[in-house]
Amino acid sequence: MEQLVFYLFATIAVVAGLVVVLQRKAIYSALALIVCFGSIAVLFYQLGAFFIAAIQVIVYAGAIMVMFLFVVMLIDPESEFFSFNRIRRVSVLALPMSAVLALILLWAMPVLRESDTNSQSLAQKGSIEVIARSLFSDYLLPFEVTSILILVAVLGAMVLAKKVD
Amino acid sequence: MEYAIDVGKVLFWFSSIMGLASILTWMERKQSAVMQDRIGANRADIFGFRILGLFHIIADSIKMFTKQDFVPAQGNRILHTVAPMIALFFALVGFAAVPFGGTYEIAGYTVSLQVLDLNVGLLFVFAMMSMGIYGFVLGGWASANNYALLGGLRASGQMISYEITMGATVIGTIMVYGTLSLQQMNIAQGELLFGWIPAWGILLQPLGCILFVTAALAETKRVPFDVPEGESEIIGYFVEYSGMRFGMFFLTDFIETVLAAVLTTTLFFGGWQVPYLYAGGFEFPWGGSFELPVVAVMLLQVGAFMAKVFTLCFIFLLIRWTLPRFRWDQLMRLGWTIMLPLSILNIVVTGVVLLIVGN
Amino acid sequence: MVSTTQFLVLGAILFSIGTLGVIVRRNTITMFMSIELMLNAVNLTFLAFARHFDQVDGQIFVFFVMTVAAAEAAVGLALIVLLSKRNDSVDIDQANTMKW
Repeated sequence: MEQLVFYLFATIAVVAGLVVVLQRKAIYSALALIVCFGSIAVLFYQLGAFFIAAIQVIVYAGAIMVMFLFVVMLIDPESEFFSFNRIRRVSVLALPMSAVLALILLWAMPVLRESDTNSQSLAQKGSIEVIARSLFSDYLLPFEVTSILILVAVLGAMVLAKKVD
Repeated sequence: MEYAIDVGKVLFWFSSIMGLASILTWMERKQSAVMQDRIGANRADIFGFRILGLFHIIADSIKMFTKQDFVPAQGNRILHTVAPMIALFFALVGFAAVPFGGTYEIAGYTVSLQVLDLNVGLLFVFAMMSMGIYGFVLGGWASANNYALLGGLRASGQMISYEITMGATVIGTIMVYGTLSLQQMNIAQGELLFGWIPAWGILLQPLGCILFVTAALAETKRVPFDVPEGESEIIGYFVEYSGMRFGMFFLTDFIETVLAAVLTTTLFFGGWQVPYLYAGGFEFPWGGSFELPVVAVMLLQVGAFMAKVFTLCFIFLLIRWTLPRFRWDQLMRLGWTIMLPLSILNIVVTGVVLLIVGN
Repeated sequence: MVSTTQFLVLGAILFSIGTLGVIVRRNTITMFMSIELMLNAVNLTFLAFARHFDQVDGQIFVFFVMTVAAAEAAVGLALIVLLSKRNDSVDIDQANTMKW
């Protein structure tokens, strides 16, 4: 059952991700990305990260993507004709890099399989209490820095959006 | 048997939401008529019976089913079809995490009157509400009509802005009750303050309650927050809709009103709690008790929940027919410069009070 | 139970798709969306390891990635709107002047 859920939503995520990249109209890309984020949220839930899964839907699928859709509708970009020739330009660097990454993944697989932990404490680990305790003690400084970052981003967006003339 | 209980729960909850929403369509016409000294809907009859015009619900739905289903020639057929379904679906799914009763032991079975018991229930409802925006935005875009597009953009801007206020407001409630699970919150609201006042959210979070109700009303996109529609200016995201698909948008408005009422009840008015009613019956703080069988307790609590929701719906309709519409800039100013700072103030004050009381 | 490896492979696939989008596409908005997809693939990996090692830190990192992504989207989309107003196009190859 768990395997079935995983493969179902993994397939949806991958197909939707391909649509994002291959679709010529930006609005369909945005819609596919929403679907992709939704199925990734299900996978987050499956990983026991209940709070993160909810935040994924609220922040990513619900807020960030609405902004994307908003911008796409506002400026209505024309369909784009793109070719895969661009890959050739970067392939000199990309091929060795991806080979290295693939090797790392292949090397990591058996190591991980050996030590697959049981998830007895999953339900507690994903709960908001545990995350909050860690966030406001060990990660307090990064948390505060992030809030300043958001403040800066809000101000920056407003300065950019404001008409100069 | 447990399977049957689950199915029964879902059926009961779903039908009461849909029933309440469709009654609201009639109530809106009748209530506005009474407020404006008119008679209101009273024409639909079956064999001469009119029962206050209640048959208008049936008449309206028949009308919507049989009308032409129109898609604009320049519009996007698929998205135009799907958009109202998205709006309706996510409005309905949000209810799943809301408890409409407690947990009862009946004839050896444990009945928990909540469809989906999540420990992040409140966030689930919010997530579904934020997904619902896409229905309106896509409906506006797929219509290939500038007024509809403007309505869709306004809907997305308004709903995101007020969602932030709403999220910031409930943090105070979460801090007071120390949980995100709606069932736990309801159980916590059954406790007594100073031995006799029920610990309902409205008493612990009065400012939060007012802010939440305002933001929830803005989320329903009805007067006074109906800039995405604005009947007298742009008509809104559903200007190119007809037939049952318009009906879905229309119904979504009322379902969102019910959702706003249900959430307000759950967070601030004790949910299914009846003051001094416990699993065994009434136990009054001034002494004395009144034994009740479990089934009676269950019926009382579910009934109390429904009554609270209905009363709130009534008040929301009252507000809708009393206030005039905000202008777009007024709406944004209210959301960002008044309600958001107030809700953050609410968090700070709640934190300070909790710190003092906790020590 | 779904193993950690499966999640890692899925994360790798999604990340590659995102990278492909950034390389191939010239539409600024779609490129931006591909970057978001890559971030999500990374988040999936973080959570898979958080479960694997039974630690909460991975979830905290995802939390931070999300907040940064939200800030990034706000500024980035404002830039895209400005860009489209100036060049009358969202093609990134046409954004080749820094000042005029």
